[in-house]
Amino acid sequence: MAISLDEVRHVAKLARLDLDEPEIMSLQTELNALIGHFSDIQAVDFGGVDPKLHASNLTNVWAEDVPRSSFKRELALKNAPMSKAGLFLVPMIIED
Amino acid sequence: MSITSLTAVEIAAKLRSKEVSAVEVTTAFLDRIDSEDAKYGAFLAYDREKAIAEAEAAQGRIDSGDSLPMTGVPVAVKDNISTEGIETTCASKILKGYIPPYDATVVEKLKAQGAIILGKTNLDEFAMGSSTETSAYKLAHNPWDLTRTPGGSSGGSAAAVAADLAPVSLGSDTGGSIRLPASFTGTVGYKPTYGRCSRFGLVAFASSLDQIGPITKTVEDAALLAEATTGHDERDATSNPAPAVSSRELKSGTLKGLKLAFPREMYGEGTDPEVQKAIQASLDALRREGATVDEISIPSIPLGVTTYYIIAPAEASSNLARFDGVRYGPRSQGQGHIDVVAKTRAEGFGHEVKARIMIGTYALSAGYYDAFYLRAQQVRAMMTQQFLDAFKDYDFIVSPTAPVVAFKLGDLSQDPMAMKTLDYCTIPANMGGLPGISIPCGFAHGLPVGLQLMGAPMEDERMLQAAYCAEQLFAVSPKRPNL
Repeated sequence: MAISLDEVRHVAKLARLDLDEPEIMSLQTELNALIGHFSDIQAVDFGGVDPKLHASNLTNVWAEDVPRSSFKRELALKNAPMSKAGLFLVPMIIED
Repeated sequence: MSITSLTAVEIAAKLRSKEVSAVEVTTAFLDRIDSEDAKYGAFLAYDREKAIAEAEAAQGRIDSGDSLPMTGVPVAVKDNISTEGIETTCASKILKGYIPPYDATVVEKLKAQGAIILGKTNLDEFAMGSSTETSAYKLAHNPWDLTRTPGGSSGGSAAAVAADLAPVSLGSDTGGSIRLPASFTGTVGYKPTYGRCSRFGLVAFASSLDQIGPITKTVEDAALLAEATTGHDERDATSNPAPAVSSRELKSGTLKGLKLAFPREMYGEGTDPEVQKAIQASLDALRREGATVDEISIPSIPLGVTTYYIIAPAEASSNLARFDGVRYGPRSQGQGHIDVVAKTRAEGFGHEVKARIMIGTYALSAGYYDAFYLRAQQVRAMMTQQFLDAFKDYDFIVSPTAPVVAFKLGDLSQDPMAMKTLDYCTIPANMGGLPGISIPCGFAHGLPVGLQLMGAPMEDERMLQAAYCAEQLFAVSPKRPNL
């Protein structure tokens, strides 16, 4: 199993990473080295073992649905690269 | 003996007896950071005024008889743990200038105790690495040999304690990031049972594996810091309802009759024979004290690295989606939403972080989910069960923490796979949520070697007891780095 340059480009697009060509090429080499290692779990016979998604055995952790105080607006916006009128300014999504 | 070479327990005793003041203690560490940290690269940020103000408040509590075990004791905090008002970057450019508006639960608990937040320590970017070389800001150096790595990802936290720049520190451990640097720097590194320490305010890497824990000079300090920082927290849904880790019975354990197991798979390919010799000598010492050490087999151990490099990046690819240049961090210029986000991330993340996001995205993508992600979670289930089965017959599992001693900076950074395989002894504890601790047990090539103990889930207190006994046995003439 190996990952092609086009697949690397596709995965970068899914991951929202605008990579240049030299980086795409070096990542292809690195990812293939890792994926080469992944073959060691392909041959394992699990005999119907259920996958374990978590180390915790807790289930259904509930919290009371009560309002709590939160950050003041200015504080929440303090780290934003762009804000306007007390709101986060996102990059334009729909062209006008 | 100068203040900065003392343990937290010793400092706390001197504070209570009024032999020193909290301001004197904090000033001594800050002065040492000022004059010496250029050599070690342990700290990314510290705020002298804030720390001194906290020390003054702590002294007020001591004077009024309102002190708790950590009151007045300075603590260095890994820079992926949120600290209100102090820049928290995860050693990444994508969080440059980010000032958290809140404290992580562990920081909140430390402040409630009157401990002093000394500063923020260097790490591999987003805790992704084993040498602190992926930090976007600077290299960290091992106090035992400045040309070598202190390990990673909590390399700054380990170097700070080993170089007397902080009495104790907090790190985080996703696949060994507390225990490996502890092993490389001759310090104690303790990863609690998953869920015992709240992850609220820890910048998430792989949420099902991440756990905060102490790096210290002694097991007693590790227990003290754990007691102050663990316990149930409703803001972390994976937080265990059990009370905080207790240090009360720490010194009441014994090695006599302890049943230890050594999995033969823990001497894997690439184990340094000198490290193996140091580990064998420490196992022999434990046997002489009346413990039994049986060699056993846990066949899934060699699959750990693969499993980890599917699960951790998969979770990271999702967790790191939040860095989009909207709510924090710098934003790059581009055409429209997707382009701005993709450019912000490409410019803000370093190479290793991008590689892990890519591998995680790939492993979770259509067509590979079953072959990679699901199979990895099956290995995880199998590995956990094999460890739990071993704990039916044995109290603890012992192993080297790492197959090698601290390596030269730059030696492995061009060989990502060689670096990644270093964690195979530590990964199982994260997979199964087990408590694990690394304690200094000897030397190889003149550099520290760590012995790892792992216990069954929630056996933290008993594991600390055993580690304390072993530490007393190994540390007959404690050797320190030449600072």
